[in-house]
Amino acid sequence: MKIRALTGNEAMAEAMRQINPDVVAAYPITPATEVVQIFASFVANGLVDTEFIPVESEHSALSACIGAAAAGARVITSTSSQGLALMHEVLFIAAGLRAPIVICEVNRSISSPINIHCDHSDTMGSREAGWVQIYAEDAQEAYDLTIQAIKIAEEIFLPVMVSTDGFIISHCMQRVEVMEDKEVQEIIGVHRSPYSLFDKPITIGPLDLQDYFFEHKRQQIEVMNQSLPVIEKVMSEFNARFNRTYSIFKTYKIEDAEQVVVLCGSTCGTARVAIDKMREKGIKVGLVKLHIIRPFPHKELIELLKSFKLITVLDRSDTMSTMGGPIYVELRSAMYGCSQHPTIVDYIYGLGGRDIDVEQIMEVLLNGEEIIKQKKVATPIGYIGLRE
Amino acid sequence: MASGPFCAGCGGGTVLNVFTHAIDELGIDPKDIVSVTGIGCSAWIPSPYYKADTLHTTHGRPIAFATGVKIMKPNMKVIVIAGDGDIAGIGGNHLIHAARRNIDLTVFLINNSIYAMTGGQVAPTTPYGVRATTTPYGNLEPDFDVARLVVSAGASYVARWTTYQVFNLLKSMKEAITKKGFSFIEIVSQCPVSYGKMIGKHRASDFLKTYKESSIPFSRAEKMSEKELKGKIVIGKFVDRDRPEFTESLRRLNKERIIKPTAEATEDTRG
Repeated sequence: MKIRALTGNEAMAEAMRQINPDVVAAYPITPATEVVQIFASFVANGLVDTEFIPVESEHSALSACIGAAAAGARVITSTSSQGLALMHEVLFIAAGLRAPIVICEVNRSISSPINIHCDHSDTMGSREAGWVQIYAEDAQEAYDLTIQAIKIAEEIFLPVMVSTDGFIISHCMQRVEVMEDKEVQEIIGVHRSPYSLFDKPITIGPLDLQDYFFEHKRQQIEVMNQSLPVIEKVMSEFNARFNRTYSIFKTYKIEDAEQVVVLCGSTCGTARVAIDKMREKGIKVGLVKLHIIRPFPHKELIELLKSFKLITVLDRSDTMSTMGGPIYVELRSAMYGCSQHPTIVDYIYGLGGRDIDVEQIMEVLLNGEEIIKQKKVATPIGYIGLRE
Repeated sequence: MASGPFCAGCGGGTVLNVFTHAIDELGIDPKDIVSVTGIGCSAWIPSPYYKADTLHTTHGRPIAFATGVKIMKPNMKVIVIAGDGDIAGIGGNHLIHAARRNIDLTVFLINNSIYAMTGGQVAPTTPYGVRATTTPYGNLEPDFDVARLVVSAGASYVARWTTYQVFNLLKSMKEAITKKGFSFIEIVSQCPVSYGKMIGKHRASDFLKTYKESSIPFSRAEKMSEKELKGKIVIGKFVDRDRPEFTESLRRLNKERIIKPTAEATEDTRG
């Protein structure tokens, strides 16, 4: 193991180098460009055995990745925001064809208006595409989760995207523990596709109408249903080997808490500081960091969250459904099956890269204390750091 | 007009300057202009530095958006100003189909040979062998001859100039803006920052000197071999012809409910 100073993008590129995929096809987009740009230098310098194709669009990038995956290759690409949106059609193809592709995704807001900074509207807008979605909090997690992602993808034959917050993680340099190349290769193993082009003649992706389409989709749903134990298995193998503590979500000081904050991404760090400061004042608050948004770990979250008085969700995107952000909408839906019915409120924050600080989160937590005291929610959906 | 957002030495400012002169000299009311653009350095050229409407769109799609604007407002000047990555790269399909359709748009493609805004990745216009951040040991793909592509696709007007030939460019822009049908000018433009660092040219004047020395007029280039043209930039008017314009044909069809062969269309029929 080596300790290195890496940005999130460098960390993801380093993970890609150690994975040594067969094919990478990509198109530049801020703030994800660097991931592939750094990787291109690895290719040019002979540090990997990868065939690298700088294609003419993200649509072509993911299409080429699927072609390569269909031919049995281990495949990774990287994109962000509009790039992921342009891939949208192809995302469903990858999942439907059970192509175990990994996207190193750097979260950036979706146009319009044009903005290059972080929010989660790009990946949250792809929740229904059939991909496993993993969110990282920092450069270390970006590195670790990329390695785990390829393993997860190739175990269940579903594509996986690993997300980092644009600029906040992607461009900030942090301390990263990097494993030996050999160790990474040992944990990910050799990729073997049960069906591949150029083996026995097969047809991939044909017309499938009223007769069997539904059954095939049901199978895809079932894979997603059964994916969580595989994800947990990959994480615990990784933890045992590299002394880490990954799980589908991670808790912080929730044991005696009355209020818990639920969120994902880089703001978890800011929120933990806010929680420490609140605890100094004697206010019992905790935090749940979500790593896995797809599949949505609803059973596990019910079990975890059912006994709290208040759940405060922080969402870095909105569903535009008038029902709040995606984590809030899905968590509320999940908690409907729970007899205790804890109160849940939502705060939308950080759209288009709007900064969020410790004091703002403390204010939100104080509002939460007031809700617990009054036993009444005036506005279930609020906004942090918004001028209005 | 406010000052631009361009890096020092960028050709974008020259294009903006020539474009505003062309509009002034033609006496066009800025109210009658809509500029449509995509994403990238060149997307900063038309906006927001003069008092005319601008439509900012997604990467690669300004011609598709502009098609909608033109169909709604056929009497307005709909002008697309965007980069090579936008128009010839990710949006190449829209370019060839708009040219084939010969819709009355004016398209100024600013070709700086690289994805400059994202820091110098290889583009479909990067010459063979040139280093880019995604091709550290050189680009192994040939570059697009975009002007000839648009000629083949069926545009009414096609020209190519560099930012060195500003007066030719001015005259050509005026022709393109007034020409009925799809008008296209490829403007070879310097990027001393993202492209400059790849080819070791860090001053705009170095680029302009190369443009001056390696530009070959279209008429002369026609008589030259591929080998002789290596490394040269063929400039001038490639085509200036009258072909049926899409919005006019569309309006006529909607009115008459029958496609009648016009003089131009008959001439163009291939059986």
